[in-house]
Amino acid sequence: MRLTLQVWRQPGPASAGEFVRYDAPDITEHMSFLEMLDVVNDRLIREGKEPIAFDHDCREGICGACGMMINGVAHGPSKGTATCQLHMRSFSDGDEIWIEPWRATAFPVVRDLVVNRSALDRIIASGGFISAPTGAAQDGNAIPIAKQDADESMDAAACIGCGACVAACPNGSASLFTGAKITHLGLLPQGQPERYRRALKMVAQMDLEHFGSCTLFGECQEACPKDISIDVISRMNRDFLVAAVKEREERSVAGAG
Amino acid sequence: MRWVLTLYRSTIGKKVIMAVTGLIGVGFVLAHMVGNLQVFIGADKLNSYGAMLHGPLNELVWAQRVVLIGAVLLHVLMAWQLTRLSKAARPVAYGRKVPQVSTLASRTMRWGGVLLLVFIVLHILHFTAEKFDPAGWAGRLDAAGHRDTYGNIVASFHIWWVALFYIVAMAFLGLHLFHGAWSSVRTLGFAKPSPNPLHRQVALAVAVIVWLGFTLVPLGVVVGLVK
Ligand code: FES
Repeated sequence: MRLTLQVWRQPGPASAGEFVRYDAPDITEHMSFLEMLDVVNDRLIREGKEPIAFDHDCREGICGACGMMINGVAHGPSKGTATCQLHMRSFSDGDEIWIEPWRATAFPVVRDLVVNRSALDRIIASGGFISAPTGAAQDGNAIPIAKQDADESMDAAACIGCGACVAACPNGSASLFTGAKITHLGLLPQGQPERYRRALKMVAQMDLEHFGSCTLFGECQEACPKDISIDVISRMNRDFLVAAVKEREERSVAGAG
Repeated sequence: MRWVLTLYRSTIGKKVIMAVTGLIGVGFVLAHMVGNLQVFIGADKLNSYGAMLHGPLNELVWAQRVVLIGAVLLHVLMAWQLTRLSKAARPVAYGRKVPQVSTLASRTMRWGGVLLLVFIVLHILHFTAEKFDPAGWAGRLDAAGHRDTYGNIVASFHIWWVALFYIVAMAFLGLHLFHGAWSSVRTLGFAKPSPNPLHRQVALAVAVIVWLGFTLVPLGVVVGLVK
């Protein structure tokens, strides 16, 4: 099929960017979206032009590296998939496709479609871990966990940190991302000792990174390639509220020391 | 009390303040709406209800006003701060952005909220202070010597732009509640995990009841049911 692309090109973080039009006459519906870009880049390179820069790694929807705004939708038209899992059969011959990087203050553009998502790493570093000293692995089923909790925790743990929630949110909020991590760890016994400190720290870091606030538009859960539910935001708020009101921080810091 | 500061400084805390003050507002509009519907019983009933609020229940009414004014001020202040933060979080707009699931209600919270604020001020000036007086009804008393709010309602809503303003404002109130009554509960973290978290039957019911309950009054005058 023959497509027309309007791709955001920006040579560097400080330079101005613009949409550039490309013809893609030789695309088959069997290609993935990233393979389609590879084909376009191939020709650009042969013509001696700069290829379009975009992030990718696993190309099977598990690493979270890929991600772009496709026709105004994060990760494109197919629900519950990352950009790398999007197939060109979702488009038709003659389509015009607009491709843009994630847009947020916290995600500065590095080049073309590549943005710097270190802000998400810093949120994780602020509390998205368990620091209990571990010995040998536990025996299987030594710590019983309710099925409901295990399910909810695992659903939240599916987050691959791609940043689509931030990109899709009209407020540029990272609530789904942060909530997913707080839910994932806060539901498991191993995550309990640091549960409230984690909520305080991660929310504080999220605010520091200049993400917007959540107004529950619901766009994030729709954009999420892992279908993470906005329920995780309620859980984050609840843990944060309890932590703030009880000033649990000191107590758990004292407990840990 | 350090927690108050922790809350105030965080975006979640600011949202919590908005949720709590918003829920206070929901409670108030429900009560206000029930009071209004006495218009359909008759002039005496409504005017003596007004006289009761301003007479024996005066202190109570004032206490409630203080709470409400505080709630509205906090609600507006937090909305303003959070809107600025959200705008700063995405200074460069998308060339293309297609909303997927967000409702019209959620997307009109800010401008609809501004309209509601203007409405609240005008509405208080209209029926409480009687300083905004499109029908020339300020100071009139009924046969029993009570303030003639009923007459003011009928005369005011016979003026097309007054009726239109009230009806449009109430449509926005309904939208505001459809999103707010649902999202405030989620913001406060009360929501149970749900297979379809965007579903909101209770908020829908609240929004429709409040919208209908308030719109019936100007509509009743316009169609001649209340005269
Ligand atoms: S490239 Fe790894 S998720 Fe798309």
